[in-house]
Amino acid sequence: MFKHHAKLETNIFFLAVGILLTIVVGGLVEVVPLFSIESTIEKVDGVRPYSPLELAGRNIYIREGCYNCHSQMIRPFKDEVERYGHYSLAAESKYDHPFQWGSKRTGPDLARVGGKYTNEWQLRHLINPRDVVPGSIMPGYKHLMRPLDYADIAAHLKANRVVGVPYTDAQIANAKKDLEEQVFADPASKPAVAASYPKAQIGSAAGKDKVTEMDALVAYLQVLGTMVDFSAITPEAAKKMNR
Amino acid sequence: MATVEKDSVSGQNTTGHEWDGIKELNTPLPKWWVYVFWATVIWAIGYWVMMPAWPTLNGYTAGYLGYSSRGTLDAELVAQKKGRSAWLSKIEASDVAAIEKDKDLLRYAMAGGKIAFNENCAACHGVGGVGAYGFPTLADDEWLWGGTLADIEQTIKYGVRNANANSRQSEMPKFGADGLLKPEQISAVSDYVLSLASKAPAKGSAGETVYAENCAACHADDGAGMAAVGAPALNNQIWLYKGTKDAIVAQVTKPKHGAMPAWSERLDASTVKMLAVYVHNLGGGK
Repeated sequence: MFKHHAKLETNIFFLAVGILLTIVVGGLVEVVPLFSIESTIEKVDGVRPYSPLELAGRNIYIREGCYNCHSQMIRPFKDEVERYGHYSLAAESKYDHPFQWGSKRTGPDLARVGGKYTNEWQLRHLINPRDVVPGSIMPGYKHLMRPLDYADIAAHLKANRVVGVPYTDAQIANAKKDLEEQVFADPASKPAVAASYPKAQIGSAAGKDKVTEMDALVAYLQVLGTMVDFSAITPEAAKKMNR
Repeated sequence: MATVEKDSVSGQNTTGHEWDGIKELNTPLPKWWVYVFWATVIWAIGYWVMMPAWPTLNGYTAGYLGYSSRGTLDAELVAQKKGRSAWLSKIEASDVAAIEKDKDLLRYAMAGGKIAFNENCAACHGVGGVGAYGFPTLADDEWLWGGTLADIEQTIKYGVRNANANSRQSEMPKFGADGLLKPEQISAVSDYVLSLASKAPAKGSAGETVYAENCAACHADDGAGMAAVGAPALNNQIWLYKGTKDAIVAQVTKPKHGAMPAWSERLDASTVKMLAVYVHNLGGGK
């Protein structure tokens, strides 16, 4: 078999076919099973598509490059779980296109930052981090107090649906209304956006009469890691979830 | 086509290739390298058997050892809990008052409380509870919602002005924005509050009347405040939103309200207890 090696190496056609076959086998073995393995994405309740305001905030998170310093991935290590909470599940980012796991932590992980601080804190921290955390090296994002451009928000939902996020027709039709309602509605009035997107943070962070980019970003941060109720997941249940 | 020759200098055969008169030696790989190579191949086969390795149609081969990083973590967490249980079980079983009375338990709770405080609370209240504009100082003896151990535990557990059903709730009326007071009344009452704060109440002033009719119900006649409704004391120089006249006028006109998450939704009961003990001992506990 090794004797005929020279033929493969000296003939451009056979060499090309050989390379192609090697890549195809590697690809099939490594990629295809991910689509069929049941444990790739855990079966947990609560994960829902982002509300229009959160989606707009996510776009700002990506635009400002937050992922350069903040990961959204709590690894299954003791010290991380002790500090941040339950380790991240693949299911929690199944509607993220692209996901924001990140690979570098200059700042802390944000996978479970939702609800940890108040809107007021998030707002002041984003405007000037040194106001609340004296030693912080994070830049200020005061410019996010400008109005949010959300004329095309329904198109963002539609684009996400194309890649598999299960937005309903009604959610796409109401995108603009839901976005405004999430900022301006009184949480006590049980607005429609809360029914459509459970656990969405209702109310404005910036407190102005216009929807600002800050409102969107804070709404996004406040929902991170809050969708799955981990108090209901025991280690035994987690084992079944993974297998 | 290719002629293999023996090289006279090295004694090795050539590969038979020749490019512009340059020939290539076909020196075999060193023996040690070949052995290591085959050893890694055999190791790989052993690894496939012992560890998770091959994908199947709807799962993967778990391997003889059944390793998973999540399983390892679960075991580590169980071991860690066991290691801490000597103290944690006592914290779990005792109420906060009992923890503070037991010297050893108090030391443990202070250490645990400090770590939890720095991770969860210091972002707003500052390291050591020094506070910031809008976020109360916890190291002094003024308390918005009460400074006893039980009060502090309650505040940490359920938070302030959040969606939790047990959260502490109160709202100061928008005296200016809702037209309850005229601008000159607000100015007068702000002056009176400033006089209260410097312990020299301006008796008989117009502001005193406005204060008695609108503010005293929550902030008390002498400005001592009322912890039950989170009304801050006004008879001292401790201010949440600054103590200038402009700041007080702004607060009476359209008040800012602080909020705090319900930490029982994030932290376990013993961590909340340790936090309560830690905060109570920061300096100003009642």
